[in-house]
Amino acid sequence: MSCAPCWQDILPGTITLGASSRSVETGLWRSVRPILDAGKCVSCLRCWVQCPDSSIQTCDGGTVQGIDMFFCKGCGICAAVCPVGAISIRPESDFLEETGPSGGVNPVKVGELVGQC
Amino acid sequence: MGGVNVRELTGRNNPLAEGHRMCPGCGAPTALRQAFMGIDDPVVVVGATGCLEVSTTVYPYSSWRVPFMHVAFENAGAAVSGVAAAHKAMGRRGLFRDGIKFVAFGGDGGTYDIGLQSLSGALERGHDFTYICYNNQGYMNTGAQRSGATPRSASSTTSPAGRLIPGKLQRAKNLTEIAAAHDIPYVAQTTLHDPSDLIKKVRRAVETPGPAFVNILVPCALFWKIDPADQVKICRLAADSRFWPIYEVANGERRISYTPKKPVPVEDFLRAQGRYSHLFTDEANRRDLIDQAQADVDAEWEKLTGNAKPQS
Repeated sequence: MSCAPCWQDILPGTITLGASSRSVETGLWRSVRPILDAGKCVSCLRCWVQCPDSSIQTCDGGTVQGIDMFFCKGCGICAAVCPVGAISIRPESDFLEETGPSGGVNPVKVGELVGQC
Repeated sequence: MGGVNVRELTGRNNPLAEGHRMCPGCGAPTALRQAFMGIDDPVVVVGATGCLEVSTTVYPYSSWRVPFMHVAFENAGAAVSGVAAAHKAMGRRGLFRDGIKFVAFGGDGGTYDIGLQSLSGALERGHDFTYICYNNQGYMNTGAQRSGATPRSASSTTSPAGRLIPGKLQRAKNLTEIAAAHDIPYVAQTTLHDPSDLIKKVRRAVETPGPAFVNILVPCALFWKIDPADQVKICRLAADSRFWPIYEVANGERRISYTPKKPVPVEDFLRAQGRYSHLFTDEANRRDLIDQAQADVDAEWEKLTGNAKPQS
């Protein structure tokens, strides 16, 4: 009978790579999608400071560039806090033929595929 | 934004990274993101069990860009004391540089109820750390049970409104005042109504030597039964109705940081949330509870302003 491994031999349950969750596409949860109208946006950054998922993209100097669809879960807070109405909310079903940021299918389509199994 | 240069902050990576698995429209990641915007120095984060902890550390992923330690529900206060003390001791031997900030966070379950003893001990011992409570007024991680922070009349899965009881029967405890009673240098209470208020309070908390406690009211869309997009609106109602007074206690001196120009009735705050819907479906019979909520808020405000300096 072989000996049980000593505790030193057991791999620790430690995650050594910080911010590794950045490879997780939480955008697949989305049922509605925020659309930024760059012409109306005044880069007041209210959406940036309020976004729970850090999905508002800015460039150097703090100008709003767009919304990261890889992470955006579609909560709609950005549209609610926008003082100039530059962000509108549309259902994901309007974008069925688009592929997701990681090349996957639209989240609504994923739901349909699951239903077919 | 009120003395905070948000434009400058966009150039910095937040210690809380993207890809965490908190619900859409949850207030907790917003609160922590904004809190870290107020901290310029390197941080070490200790997290009590709770929604934010489990959703940011789904093995093998981590949403933390900084050293992060998860401990159980009941000992975030003890763990952050140990981490701070160890750094201090190793700093004396030249093994660590100075200027590292220690931040512990917990939900209201891990702070008001289960972790209160270790938090109280840590506050009393006077370690140099900041404890942030993201308070969504119940145990959301396990399915919306009542906690010591759940307000009167709110319907939760363990205080369900029905034929026998009209939601929770007891008042929420006032943890901010319990923390202030430890005579620590800095205690503050805020919500997501105004990011600059939250950022400035956390900045002051981490810059204050010794223990500091910040209690942040955050909505849980599932428990409060609100539209996730209404997060900021509901927090403004909490501040404007004085349901959640926005104030700080620095070196024993209370200061109201936000006085609503024209306070809105607490009824507006309650009506906006599904967890109080039983008060309004049978309004004629439940008027007493709505009035009771207003009376609770008025009494708390009276007590607070009696002790506080007005806004300067």
